Amino acid sequence: MRFAVIVFPGTWSDKDCGDVLTNVFHQEVDYVWHKETDLSSYDCAILPGGFSYGDYLRAGAIARFSPVMEQVTQMANDGRLVIGICNGFQILCESGLLPGVLTRNAHLQYRCQWTQLRVENTRLPFTNNCEQDQILKIPISHGEGNYFAPPDILDRLNRNGQIAFRYSNASGNITDEDNPNGSLDNIAGIVNENGNVLGMMPHPERSCEANLGSIDGSFIFESMIDSYLAQQPAKLST
Amino acid sequence: MFLAKVYVTLKPLVNDPQGIAILGGLHNMGYKSVEGVRAGKYLELHINETDKAKAEKVVTEMAQKLLANVVIEDFRFELDPIQ
Repeated sequence: MRFAVIVFPGTWSDKDCGDVLTNVFHQEVDYVWHKETDLSSYDCAILPGGFSYGDYLRAGAIARFSPVMEQVTQMANDGRLVIGICNGFQILCESGLLPGVLTRNAHLQYRCQWTQLRVENTRLPFTNNCEQDQILKIPISHGEGNYFAPPDILDRLNRNGQIAFRYSNASGNITDEDNPNGSLDNIAGIVNENGNVLGMMPHPERSCEANLGSIDGSFIFESMIDSYLAQQPAKLST
Repeated sequence: MFLAKVYVTLKPLVNDPQGIAILGGLHNMGYKSVEGVRAGKYLELHINETDKAKAEKVVTEMAQKLLANVVIEDFRFELDPIQ
């Protein structure tokens, strides 16, 4: 599977994503500068975390107009996989590929900590190796992760099973205490209507190796790789 | 040439933790009569157009596309002719 890790000025998690995809999951990875305009050879685009364009104006607002975003939109429309992590999630919301918006954390503090995510929908290409209501231990690191959507959009997200992850406690209960940023309904990650574009604030790429404290992020990358392989025609041996 | 003064404000529905923090600060300073604060953004744009209607159109477009996120923000602007 070929991954394009998109690099904007100010992106900082690109190497973390590239490192786990290369060294943990043994996939092909290219770092793609935001000025590039051809993503036709890639099966998945990753928009990593960071502070693209210094988060000026609003997080992700300026990056969405980078030349590469036209091709990311094309990939999303083609049904190829797109995942935005942290700042990548903010860019996907600003670009309209995902509904809603990420605003300043309710307590106004930057939070870098472990969170527990309850998997809400296991029929997605990003979660189909998970069990329903499985708890994933994955860290966050952000100041603007407070998900907001107007009531009609929230209804639609719930109805369509577009909520991928919610912040929860270890028993899977959704509580205010376990909501690290004030997100509406503890939402940590959502997908588009077709289910091939995921945005999430927590960093799965920082939790794929046991010596970092958790390997639960692997469920997400392995789900993506397995979903991709399942769609490929079986290769005939000669 | 016009100077566009653009005001971007949060929609009433949207919680404003910054405004709440500023309100707390003002209360701590003793300004007890302040009952609410909403924080927003102010931008100045120099627009090289001679026709006011055209300048209005282009500022509206820019505000809708980039300066405001219309999911959570409203905008308004003033256009002043400048030399």
